[in-house]
Amino acid sequence: MYPSRFRYEAPRSLDEAITLLREGGDDAKVLAGGQSLVPLMKLRFASPELIVDINNLPGLDYHREDPDGTLHVGALCRHVDLERSELLKSKQPTMAAAAPLIADPIVRNRGTLVGSLCHADPQGDWASVALALGGSIVAHGLGGRRTIKVADFVTGPFQNVLEPDEIAVEAIIPAARGARAGGYLKLERRVGDFATVGVAVAIETSGDTVTRAGIALTGVGGSTIGATAAAEALVGEPLTEQKIELAAQLAADVSRPRTDHRGSAEYKRHIVHTFVVRLLSRADGFAERAA
Amino acid sequence: MTIVYDDEPDADEIPVRRIRFTINGAKKVAEVEPRLLLAHLIRQGLKLTGTHTGCDTTNCGACTVLVDGKPVKSCTMLAVQVDGHEITTVEGLATASELHPLQEGFKEEHGLQCGFCTPGMMLAAKALLDHNPDPTEEDVRWALSGNLCRCTGYQNIVKSVLWAAEKLRS
Repeated sequence: MYPSRFRYEAPRSLDEAITLLREGGDDAKVLAGGQSLVPLMKLRFASPELIVDINNLPGLDYHREDPDGTLHVGALCRHVDLERSELLKSKQPTMAAAAPLIADPIVRNRGTLVGSLCHADPQGDWASVALALGGSIVAHGLGGRRTIKVADFVTGPFQNVLEPDEIAVEAIIPAARGARAGGYLKLERRVGDFATVGVAVAIETSGDTVTRAGIALTGVGGSTIGATAAAEALVGEPLTEQKIELAAQLAADVSRPRTDHRGSAEYKRHIVHTFVVRLLSRADGFAERAA
Repeated sequence: MTIVYDDEPDADEIPVRRIRFTINGAKKVAEVEPRLLLAHLIRQGLKLTGTHTGCDTTNCGACTVLVDGKPVKSCTMLAVQVDGHEITTVEGLATASELHPLQEGFKEEHGLQCGFCTPGMMLAAKALLDHNPDPTEEDVRWALSGNLCRCTGYQNIVKSVLWAAEKLRS
């Protein structure tokens, strides 16, 4: 299999890339890691006329934390960089848990977090993680930069709000105000498969009290699902067994799984419940250890 | 190096780019159409048929090569993207007189049956050993989890990599 014919450009500056995208309009696509786009082009599900390869743009392969704790992930930061990141291991339990579960080790050498968010696959793992953490995307265009909440970024399967002449240059994860806890659990048939069910939990605690909570679900609906009611049920209270059970039930209620080759709807909804309980029980342990 | 295209009505319009790269230590210049995949440049352009294309859908890892030392699936990267970069394929492992310890390991521990997945396995394993010379069995299984084998059940592949790790350390 090979893609249909296209023009290829590998600009050296962001301005040049934007100018090219403006020329290409709706028929242009940005190529970063290419681990979703290239397979789609080979299957001819995508046939862009212009590919703007951003791999030669300088200074986008970072992930770093501001002094205030805000995390920035550049458009060329690969999954493997996040998997091996000491910063994530010590400060971002939800992201650190998700990074080794993205695709497979070889794909992780090329694929990027920002590209994965832009690709907006309803089965994408990072989308749930970024949603649970209240993340944003920074889009760079001719008129400058704008920041878009991940919750507002995706408009449907494989669709986002970027203008044709905008490039997503980084993802931002806001600073924690309390102690961070959480994780990501993914049920997959084999390494590299899409999630049968994925659950991201990100909470912040101050003393015993949960001060912020985010829960998001992968693979159990037509898009990434933010389990807002489940998360809100946790805020302002200590993490008790009853609270955990309530959040798990609310998360399972908001899931919209379909029966398919990966499992029945009932089974998937059950797994959502189980994963929320597991992640929150672990988070509770984390809070105790940190105290 | 020549890649021949069908003479279509719009053949003169085919956008061709000149790229320079190193493969198994040899410097090359190639003229490639942007849609040419790295796997095809290697197999058809360079006639290095040790790199196998298995699933052609980014799943199986048989086409794994190293680009700047990192394993990538060459069916999922454009050939134009290796401009200025260094590629290692399975042909780059052995010297004229000696097998690479990984190749020896696969021989000693019976790490292959049909051999189709073997080149990809070896390159994924090489990247692991370059990064972690003393891996545990778990590390090896983790590093090879993007490479599928339908014959061996993986047991002997893991043993082969551990054999090679020990040989390389001694």
